[in-house]
Amino acid sequence: MHISNGIINGPVAAIFAAFALAALAFCVRRGRADLDDRLAPMAGLVAAFIFAVQMLNFPIFTAGVSGHLLGGALAAMLVGPWVGALCVAVVLIVQALVFGDGGVAMLGLNITNMALLGTAAAYLLIALLLRVLPRSPSGLAVTAFVSALVSVVVAAQGFVLQYWLGGTTDLGGNLTGLAGTMAFAHLLIGVGEGLITATTVVTVAKVRPDLVYALRALKPATPAPAVPVAGGAR
Amino acid sequence: MGAGHPHVLYRESGSPVHRLPPEVKIAAMVLFTVAVVATPREAYWAFGGYALLVAVVAALARVGPRWLLSRALIELPFVLFAFALPFLGAGERVEVAGLALSVDGLHGAFNILAKGTLGVLASLLLAATTTTRDLLLGLDRLRCPQILTQIATFMLRYLEVLVGEARRMRVARVSRGDDPRFLWQLRGFAAGVGALFLRAFERGERVYLAMLSRGYTGRMPTAWQGAGAATAGQWVAAATVPAIAATIAAVALVLQ
Repeated sequence: MHISNGIINGPVAAIFAAFALAALAFCVRRGRADLDDRLAPMAGLVAAFIFAVQMLNFPIFTAGVSGHLLGGALAAMLVGPWVGALCVAVVLIVQALVFGDGGVAMLGLNITNMALLGTAAAYLLIALLLRVLPRSPSGLAVTAFVSALVSVVVAAQGFVLQYWLGGTTDLGGNLTGLAGTMAFAHLLIGVGEGLITATTVVTVAKVRPDLVYALRALKPATPAPAVPVAGGAR
Repeated sequence: MGAGHPHVLYRESGSPVHRLPPEVKIAAMVLFTVAVVATPREAYWAFGGYALLVAVVAALARVGPRWLLSRALIELPFVLFAFALPFLGAGERVEVAGLALSVDGLHGAFNILAKGTLGVLASLLLAATTTTRDLLLGLDRLRCPQILTQIATFMLRYLEVLVGEARRMRVARVSRGDDPRFLWQLRGFAAGVGALFLRAFERGERVYLAMLSRGYTGRMPTAWQGAGAATAGQWVAAATVPAIAATIAAVALVLQ
C-alpha cells in the first residue's frame, strides 16, 4: 500500500501533498482539543500498535501489489477521528523518513489514502453503526469489524484513483484490472484487519470502556466506571 | 526503554554526517528525494549522478554498501509491481527475448526502480546516522506541530513497551503449557492481542504520569533548551547534496 517514489507523477503528488497538509493542519487544530491526559498516552500506544502491525506485509505476487493492515479503524475507535488520523500520519512519516517504506515525495498520497480516507471512512461508519446497532459487545464487535473492512478497501481504492490521475505508466484497459485486484486483495486483508480491530476494541471496552473514544463521544450520558484493573483482562 | 536508545538501523559512529544536527539532515534528505522524483525518467545519466551522490554521502557517513543494499530490500513489493508493468502497460510494444513488452511499461519499471531505490537509500542513510531522539528533535526544530512530535515521541517509546509486554506474555503462556503452533490455536493469540493492548496501555499510562509529575509539558527538555541547533555553516554544508541534486534535475529537465 505504501506508494514508493516514481509510481505517481510529480504534479499529482504535489497536489495531494498540499491537500494532505491542509487536512492535517485541520486535524491538528481539532485534535488539540481532544488530547487530554488520558488520550495522550493512548494516542502514542495506538500509533505504536499500528506501527508494529503495519510491519506485517502480505505480498500479492500475481499482480505485484502488496498490502498490510492499516489500523485506521482502530485509531478512529480508540482516539477519535482527528487524533486517529494524526496517529496514522505519524506512523507513515516515521516509516518514510527512517525506513524508506513509502517514498518521501509520495507522503502526501500515502497520508491521503491511509490516514485521511481510511480513518474518515472508518469513523463515519462507526458513528452510523453505533447508533443503529444494539449497545452490546457483539454490536461493538460488528461495528469495529465492518468499519475496519470498509476503511481498508476505501484506502486501496484511493490508490487506484491516484494512479488513474497520475500513474507514470499508462495501463490502458488494465486499470480496471488494477482496481479489481486491489479491491479483492484488500477485502481479504480487511477481514484480518476487522478481526484484529474487533477483538482489540471489545477487550478494551470490556475492561476500560472509558478508553474507547467512540463510546465516549457517541454516548455522552453514560458515566464510565473508570476502574483500572491491574494486570489487564487475563 | 526510550530516551537515548538508538533504533535498529542506527550505526554508531563519529563521522561528519553523524555530527550534523538532525534538522539539516532531514531537510537535505527530503529535498534530495523531491529532486530525484522531479527528474524526467528518460534522463538515465541523471540517475547515475544521484547514485554517485548517495555513494559519496554513504562513504562520508562510513556506512558500507552491503549494509545499505541488504536493508534496501524493504522496497521489494514495489519492485515486483515494477516488473509487472512491462506486461500490463498499454501502447507500443517491443520484442525482448521473445516477449512483447510495452515500451511505456519498461520506462515505467525503470522509473519506479531508480526513483524508489534512490529514495530508500536516502532514508536509510538518514536512519543510519540519526538516533530516534535526534530525529524527533529535528522535526521539532523544523516547526512540526507539537501534537505530532508528541505522538511520535510516545509511539517510539511505547514500541519498546509493547515488545517487552508481548515477550512477557509469551513466556507466561509457554510456561503454562501453551504451544501455539497451529492455525486453530490462533484463538489464544487473538485473545492475547486485546490483553496485550490493555497491559501495554496501563504500563504506558504509568510512564506518562511519571513523566508529567517530573515536569513534562509535551516537549522534551532538549527541544526547548535549544542547545545544539544547526549553525549557518552546517546548513550550507548539508545543502550541497540537495543543491547538486537540484542542478542535475534542472539540467535533465532543460535537455529533455
